[in-house]
Amino acid sequence: MSEKPKVAFYWCASCGGCEEAVIDLAEDILKVVEAVDIVFWPVALDFKKSDVEAMEDGSIAVSFINGAVRLSEQEEMVKLLRKKSQLVVAFGTCAHLGGIPGLANFWDKESIFNRAYHTTPSTDNPEGVVPQEKSTVDGKELYLPSFFNTVYALNQVIDVDYYLPGCAPPRDLIMNAVQAILEGNLPPKGSVLSPNKALCEDCDRNETKPEKLAIKDIKRPWEVILDPETCFLAQGVICMGPATRTGCGQRCITANMPCRGCFGPTDQVIDMGAKFLAAFASILDADDEKEVARIVETIVDPAGTFYRFSLPTSILRRRKLEGK
Amino acid sequence: MIQITIDGKKLEVEEGTTILQAAEKAEIHIPTLCYHPLLEPYASCRVCVVEVNRQGKKELVTSCNTQVQPGMVIETQSERALRARKLNVEMLLARAPAAKPVQKIALELGIEKPRFEIKDPDRKCILCGLCVRTCEQVVGANAISFINRGQEREVSPPFGEPSEACIGCTACAYFCPTEAITFEDIHDRKVIHDELYLGPSTAIRVPVRQAVPMVPFIDEDNCIHFKTGNCQLCVKVCEKEAINHEMKEEEIEIEVGSIILASGFKSFDAYRIPAYGYGRFPNVITALEFERLVNASGPTGGKILLANGEEPKAVGIIHCVGSRDENYNEYCSRVCCMYSLKFAHLIKEKTEADIYDFYIDMRCFGKGYEEFYHRLLHEGTKFIRGRVSEITDIPLTEEEDGKLIIRVEDTLIGTVRRIPVDMVILATGLEPGLSHSELAHTFNISCSQDTFFLERHPKLAPVSTFSDGIFLAGTCQAPKDIPDTVAQAGAAASEALALADKGSFELEPITAEIDEKLCAGCQICVSLCPFSAITYNKEKHISEVNEALCKGCGTCVAACPSGAAQQKHFRDIQIMAEIEGIFID
Repeated sequence: MSEKPKVAFYWCASCGGCEEAVIDLAEDILKVVEAVDIVFWPVALDFKKSDVEAMEDGSIAVSFINGAVRLSEQEEMVKLLRKKSQLVVAFGTCAHLGGIPGLANFWDKESIFNRAYHTTPSTDNPEGVVPQEKSTVDGKELYLPSFFNTVYALNQVIDVDYYLPGCAPPRDLIMNAVQAILEGNLPPKGSVLSPNKALCEDCDRNETKPEKLAIKDIKRPWEVILDPETCFLAQGVICMGPATRTGCGQRCITANMPCRGCFGPTDQVIDMGAKFLAAFASILDADDEKEVARIVETIVDPAGTFYRFSLPTSILRRRKLEGK
Repeated sequence: MIQITIDGKKLEVEEGTTILQAAEKAEIHIPTLCYHPLLEPYASCRVCVVEVNRQGKKELVTSCNTQVQPGMVIETQSERALRARKLNVEMLLARAPAAKPVQKIALELGIEKPRFEIKDPDRKCILCGLCVRTCEQVVGANAISFINRGQEREVSPPFGEPSEACIGCTACAYFCPTEAITFEDIHDRKVIHDELYLGPSTAIRVPVRQAVPMVPFIDEDNCIHFKTGNCQLCVKVCEKEAINHEMKEEEIEIEVGSIILASGFKSFDAYRIPAYGYGRFPNVITALEFERLVNASGPTGGKILLANGEEPKAVGIIHCVGSRDENYNEYCSRVCCMYSLKFAHLIKEKTEADIYDFYIDMRCFGKGYEEFYHRLLHEGTKFIRGRVSEITDIPLTEEEDGKLIIRVEDTLIGTVRRIPVDMVILATGLEPGLSHSELAHTFNISCSQDTFFLERHPKLAPVSTFSDGIFLAGTCQAPKDIPDTVAQAGAAASEALALADKGSFELEPITAEIDEKLCAGCQICVSLCPFSAITYNKEKHISEVNEALCKGCGTCVAACPSGAAQQKHFRDIQIMAEIEGIFID
């Protein structure tokens, strides 16, 4: 047995981009592999759940878990990994805040199944088959994990030590985190491993902000030819930068796209969507209520815009479950 | 000193004195035309010719440019001198018969008609060269000069074309003794009422008659010195040596503890109501114009005259012009009723005219005002209750010919009337003064719905504002008359003094603070602060709260998207803890 620290990776409800982010370390991954022993990584290595169960509690130095928790299987796996690991890092936005899958909290299991298996235009399901948790095929009982009404961020299911934000986390943040863990040079438990300041701090466009931001008409990026140097808010385009933690390296900004908020809020903000809404509403250039209403009408999908990545961890959490 | 004799008078004068100056000292009059004390003598008109005896040698000299010599005996009225002067004047009169100063001297010398042929009876220029010398020596523009010789000689800009060197100062016209040079307003600005016309002013003047301090200033844009570097005639003539062209406009920063704003009002622009014909009809004038007309030191010496110089036979005074009108200002301007009554009284006193006073409601609210209204009722002013709809000059009857007709609904008798008058005075209302909104921004004070500055409380704090240490006085806060303004100004002054007297100042304990470690410098808070307490620090890339200005309203705290701004005693975690406390149970 090697003396290298053991590392696990796991993938819950997410797109897989976070797994890709590990691959994107490119040659740096060799340094990681040199330093650690990867004992569990379903997407790349052939280990089974039983292998993990067989490990001693706390024998894994750190588990990197990406994705939100929306299935009973995911809940089971993350609880198992928690038991076996000294440290758990929520890897990427979905594990950190709930992420894009978290937007499903505006619905529930029934409405999601109804949409997915019955009403989408591309559904071809004449018999109306819906996945069942338990089914019998050739006399044998088969089980599927249960589907929760609510999507959870990782820390709503298990204790999380650190958070690596981003959709997906950028390479330098991952490498810094690995380095810190290997060296035992760790910040207080519960820290988000990215600077605790808003994106405007690092944004090259911040200097172009006018003395008074005043938005008369809200535009979506496809509606305007965006100036590549001017603050998006000054151009009437919603940019979540002021409310979003920095550390991403302005990936979207340099691609001339406004910030969508994947790094989540800063430490001192409790509800990112509400906070940005308060800031954004205060820069609307309107004196009377009718004008305010007119401008607000032009925001397409406000809940999905302001809570795009953070609904499960917001004060809202989810839409109220009717009669349940 | 030099001893001389003029016309038998013995005199002692300084060396370098000219004969003309010596004669002036001896109070002996020598006629001149081309001489001006502020310009170098030119001796072209030769009217000032005198006979001198220099060491036994008698000769004729021009007194303006001949310096006295020791023992010189001068005769200004000798037969020879007079004959020469007469001849010279005769020649000038033949050349420029229309020149008034020449006519005057000719009359003094007993010349009725020159012996020489008059070529142009309208000619005024006597070629004295004052204009050319002015342009050269005073202005320094050298835009005009003599051209041609002999009989063809005249003053002209180069090639007779308007000269680019000319700065339009009109100094040449000012110095011209014969009015041969005149200036015109090439912009053809419209004069509404001839009697009210304000002519061009000088570049050195007192701003207004009531100016405090009563000191003239130099208008750099129009002063010749600032255009050409020359002139400075004012320096030469100012005996107190008080003029200094080196002084510059300065911006002075003064640190003060409190500020009283008394920025006043501006009069409603009567052009905005086209139906009243202001600007179209010369005899429709505003209240301020009437004030100027009736002023004893005004253009007519206080006489109430129409544009054609005649006295009006009927005058209409229209109240509430731009006030109490949903189309313009909804508020009552409060002063117009009383000044309109004053106007009616003055017109009654100064003319025989019938006076019609068109009012909506008579608001005589102040001490002694109602009594004044009653006095007017007895004086015979005709009061008509109703808002004037239109002023027209289209007559329907013979009686209305050449008159201004006021159309009005007389609401007391319930009919529409047409009142022909000669003059209409528009009692224009009060509006917030110039740069009002900039001032509001500078001093961080709000405006009420009528756009006047908003006081902190209409009853309990009528002179304070929401910014500590800034007080209001007068019409910048709301329209008010002089007694009310004086009272409010006194109150504002004592509020300011009370602050100073106390010697200390209590700060709001609950203020916002921005954690510089957390602020990303997004600046969203900066423009939101109603007290301008937040500034963006460009070097640190953060926004900063000035706690002396912060009133703890919490606007920035709510808006801070990164949570860097927090309200003391009301931090997010404190509020959340309180909310959680409510739900425990």
